[in-house]
Amino acid sequence: MKEFRLRIVLLSFSALMLLSTGARQVQADSVPVIDITAKRFAFSPDKITLKKDQTVKLRIHSEDVTHGFFLRPLKLDAEIPAGQTIEVTVTPHNPGTFTTICDHFCGANHGNMNMTIVVE
Amino acid sequence: MKPADRRTFLKIAGSSLGIGVLYSAFPAARSHGEAEELFSALGRTSGEKVSPFSFVQLSDAHVGFNGPPDPLGTKAFERAVDMINALPQNPDLVLFTGDLTHDTEDRTVHVARMKQFQEISKKINVPLIKCVPGEHDAGLDGGALYREFFGESHYSFDHRGVHFVALDNVSRAKPEIGTEQLDWLKKDLAGFSKSAPIVVFTHRPLFDLRPDWEWFTSDGDDVMNVLSAYDNVTVLYGHIHRDDEHTTGSVHHYASRSLIFAFPDPAGVLGPRKATPFDKDHPFKNLGIRTVAFNGKQEPASRSLSIEDIELTAREFRGINGAQQILRTPKV
Repeated sequence: MKEFRLRIVLLSFSALMLLSTGARQVQADSVPVIDITAKRFAFSPDKITLKKDQTVKLRIHSEDVTHGFFLRPLKLDAEIPAGQTIEVTVTPHNPGTFTTICDHFCGANHGNMNMTIVVE
Repeated sequence: MKPADRRTFLKIAGSSLGIGVLYSAFPAARSHGEAEELFSALGRTSGEKVSPFSFVQLSDAHVGFNGPPDPLGTKAFERAVDMINALPQNPDLVLFTGDLTHDTEDRTVHVARMKQFQEISKKINVPLIKCVPGEHDAGLDGGALYREFFGESHYSFDHRGVHFVALDNVSRAKPEIGTEQLDWLKKDLAGFSKSAPIVVFTHRPLFDLRPDWEWFTSDGDDVMNVLSAYDNVTVLYGHIHRDDEHTTGSVHHYASRSLIFAFPDPAGVLGPRKATPFDKDHPFKNLGIRTVAFNGKQEPASRSLSIEDIELTAREFRGINGAQQILRTPKV
């Protein structure tokens, strides 16, 4: 009887875990993901378009050295370590055309490493 | 101090304060005996009596850079050296606000560039040269090579009654000062009176001039909060390769022109930053020395810095406009 009760408890726990994981997956899947690559001295793509008030996830990968990803109006201030991928979530509320820069000095042409984010 | 004295003081100190590359601190005191008493009063409250002197700010030589948009190499830097040496009176010191050299990942090449910078700057007839790094000096190695050549990247010193503070907002690779340096700044200034004349020199602007061009310091507001406790603070910076003036509370910020290619006025440009195209007919246009403040009645000694190729942006800072920032009468 004790063993049966334990099985029920374990099964219930597993079910809860599955439900919980599934819920997170559904939530994650509902957020569009945009992949961006950072490599001296450019972002690729160099322009993306977002929709006002719509949350998106930016998945940014550095192919070489550490880069920054900075855009004050959208409160983006991230660092992408060399060879790694980071994710930032953003919900723009104001339409416009914004210039995002690498703000982690990455070499001679660092000052020209930027990309455009358009919010419609 | 009586109100009448204060007005006299501002007139004396303010009428000939140089802003820009050649700075003259308290120059009129040389010829006005009455200033002596006022400076002594300031000295009693600030801890050290001020005395007249001049100093020069140079910035952004980028030694090692040679190519588009500007093929000048070190010519503008060497020209500035010659111009400073031709001054009727030698300045006491030179402040170099960063990007002494252009970056390279080849350590041997970067060493050669720093040596070349030292060789050229040694030709300036000045007893003291103080530097801060720019991101092109220190951004790739955390400032290690810079410190080998020039010592600590943030420090302070006193000169004739003025407290100079060097701040490093580049060695952390991002445009920031960092909490450690901020704590140091608080301790460094803690012993000074509210009226002490303070000159901060750094590479990047400490305010949001144009963040999408990386013309900012992310924790600049924290620095300004510390500086705002003092009445007489001037911030000198480089990085933006053009002259600029800005006010934060009672603090005035002044940018020096560069000694290599110039950048345009950001107010007229949407989107990414692009250098001003090189003008081969006026190769030194918008670079190097400028002189922007004169005594209204006397022919300024610094006028000799004016040269034909530079579009001289002569802004006169008479009276209290400039002077209050470097020296304000203590409230006694």
